[in-house]
Amino acid sequence: MEILVCIKQVPDTAEVKIDPVTNTLIRQGVPSIVNPFDKNALEAALQLKDKHGGKVTVISMGPPQAKEALRECLAMGADNAILVSDRAFGGSDTLATSYTLAATIRKIGTYDLIFCGKQAIDGDTAQVGPEIAEHLGIAQITYVAKIEVNGDTVSVEREYEEGYGVIEGKLPLLISVVKSINEPRYPTIKGTMKANRAEIPVWTMADLDVDEQKLGLKGSPTQVRRIFTPPQRTEGVIIQKDTAWESVAVLIQKLSDAKII
Amino acid sequence: MNFELTKEQEDIRSMIRDFAEKSVAPTAAERDEKEYFPREIFDQMGELGILGLPYPEEYGGAGSDFLSYAMAVEEISRVCASTGIGLSVHVSLCSWPIFHYGTEEQKQKFLRPLAEGTKLGAFGLTEPNAGTDASAATTTAVKDGDHYILNGAKIFNTNGGEAEIEVIFASTDKAAGLKGMSAFIVEKGTPGLSFGKKEVKMGIRSSVQREVFMKDCRIPAANLLGKEGQGFKIAMTALDGGRIGVAAQSLGIAQGALEQAIKYSKERVQFGKPISSNQAIAFKIADMAAKVEGARLLVYRAAYHKSHHLPYSKEAAMAKLVASDAAMSVTTDAVQIFGGYGYTREYPVERMMRDAKITQIYEGTNEVQRMVISGAVLR
Ligand SMILES: Cc1cc2nc3c(=O)[nH]c(=O)nc-3n(C[C@H](O)[C@H](O)[C@H](O)COP(=O)(O)OP(=O)(O)OC[C@H]3O[C@@H](n4cnc5c(N)ncnc54)[C@H](O)[C@@H]3O)c2cc1C
Ligand SMILES: Cc1cc2nc3c(=O)[nH]c(=O)nc-3n(C[C@H](O)[C@H](O)[C@H](O)COP(=O)(O)OP(=O)(O)OC[C@H]3O[C@@H](n4cnc5c(N)ncnc54)[C@H](O)[C@@H]3O)c2cc1C
Repeated sequence: MEILVCIKQVPDTAEVKIDPVTNTLIRQGVPSIVNPFDKNALEAALQLKDKHGGKVTVISMGPPQAKEALRECLAMGADNAILVSDRAFGGSDTLATSYTLAATIRKIGTYDLIFCGKQAIDGDTAQVGPEIAEHLGIAQITYVAKIEVNGDTVSVEREYEEGYGVIEGKLPLLISVVKSINEPRYPTIKGTMKANRAEIPVWTMADLDVDEQKLGLKGSPTQVRRIFTPPQRTEGVIIQKDTAWESVAVLIQKLSDAKII
Repeated sequence: MNFELTKEQEDIRSMIRDFAEKSVAPTAAERDEKEYFPREIFDQMGELGILGLPYPEEYGGAGSDFLSYAMAVEEISRVCASTGIGLSVHVSLCSWPIFHYGTEEQKQKFLRPLAEGTKLGAFGLTEPNAGTDASAATTTAVKDGDHYILNGAKIFNTNGGEAEIEVIFASTDKAAGLKGMSAFIVEKGTPGLSFGKKEVKMGIRSSVQREVFMKDCRIPAANLLGKEGQGFKIAMTALDGGRIGVAAQSLGIAQGALEQAIKYSKERVQFGKPISSNQAIAFKIADMAAKVEGARLLVYRAAYHKSHHLPYSKEAAMAKLVASDAAMSVTTDAVQIFGGYGYTREYPVERMMRDAKITQIYEGTNEVQRMVISGAVLR
């Protein structure tokens, strides 16, 4: 099985600072990590490889230092890594990012599965994965918490707020994964050493079959007006009485009032 | 002079720190309390390549070096000194003599599973009446055709009873004294090999030490390590390397205690300000930090010497002496900085202080380190 994993290098902090003038992310001075959900995506890919054989290739679009993120993926067990990097890609919004990544994947040519994280912890849009699938014209399943592959049929559990749905799809397929799908493995010592010595190829605009107008800032129709944290949709209720007994009594009262029990 | 780590050494270190914090630290206090030996952590270290870190890939190792290995022991010991010594004994005292003195066949048969981490190693030299004075050992090995028959008892055997492979020392020629000592590879499960009580200890309580009994224990003659009579040399050179492991363990303990003390002293408020703003505390922390860094340089230098095939006996003894004394004093100061809370099991510094003490005792007491050092410098 040929598996591709899209990984993004992100700043290692929950609080990404935003330039108030340009409304873009300020990356300086913040240590970089592999987007945590993308590690889950890689782990899912590695588990499928362990089970069914094949090859796992990680790809990232980003500045040259994103090679570090790719090395970490190689240390975890990915077979190959490709960095897609060019000044022309600078200022890409999700549309331009996914366009560029889709062109990269077309150039790679063969693939059965493409994995993405649920979302990036800095941009947070969760758009890049689905958009890649659209550019490539393949099916996609997002928010996946469990995967089984049987021949060319993929059966997954898709996570919803209040439960999960079971969905089936045919290869080739793009899947975005949630955190609960697995616990990413540690890199091994050998993997770390191998990754350190690996030559990571860098593909530029010239290597891809792309329309320059659709790249970078030029290809990014998104206008950022304001960035804010949306209010939480469903606020939980905490019942905390003096004893557990009292708390349970209140809970039972509430549940029966709501005709749940 | 170059004090920089290579990118590879840095990456290995950060990978091991991540592992130590996520998979070793969370259970350290509980394992100490319950005297629980965590085979599962050793299995995981095996899978990650940590148990064979400095040995070549052709023998199942990761193909790194002894400095990376010392940093691995340091990082693990920073959160759990018990796991740190288990790792050190496995790599330095059991695997190394097989790597250095073993035949190709012995390396494939015994070093490979040790380095791959599917088997755990131990080292049996000390006996009830032979501690510092190894010449008083009474365990014997008598050749009988294709076998040796071992009789005797060892004590304080780290990883004993858990380990599948033991390097054990026995006399093949009583009259020759130390020159009659030989080293053997003994596998768990060999008839006549059994294990006695587990030591109940002050510190490193999640590490295990057992008595080892050999009663007409027949092992293949092919398990003789090196030559007959070479045992004492094998033991002493293995201990030279082991001391780098113990020194790295000490360094890790001291580093862990220093970090705890820095954090606590900035958070604990008395008289309306953090206790760290008292010079008495700040200077104590300065001394602790300086001792840790001093020890670190000696430990890394000894490991560097070993990696580069330079003499390291004196260097290892100095590293072990200075680092273990640093561990004892830094952990004691850390408890002092924590005050009454430091004396309770709510915080890890009392465990670190209990763990530190053994580093001044095993793999040659610090008196022995001074003998080695004075012997070298007064020559
Ligand atoms: C509204 C908005 C406007 C922006 N405008 C700008 C701008 O003007 N200039 C600028 O520099 N940046 C800009 N960004 C940032 C940039 O668009 C995004 O970081 C990028 O497109 C990825 O989107 P995301 O972070 O939301 O990732 P998501 O869509 O949340 O990521 C989902 C998954 O897609 C994959 N993925 C995402 N990005 C990559 C990548 N680069 N390589 C490989 N895989 C990837 C990963 O698997 C990831 O888990 C903007 C972001 C937003 C939210
Ligand atoms: C937790 C633990 C783990 C251990 N693990 C192992 C192991 O895996 N394998 C193994 O073989 N052994 C192991 N040992 C044994 C350890 O190495 C010995 O305890 C140590 O070498 C000291 O020997 P001893 O306890 O008999 O002390 P003794 O030799 O009785 O020494 C007692 C005191 O006298 C001092 N002393 C002795 N001789 C002299 C001298 N000539 N000059 C000055 N001072 C002297 C010593 O420094 C010490 O202070 C372990 C011990 C412990 C406690």
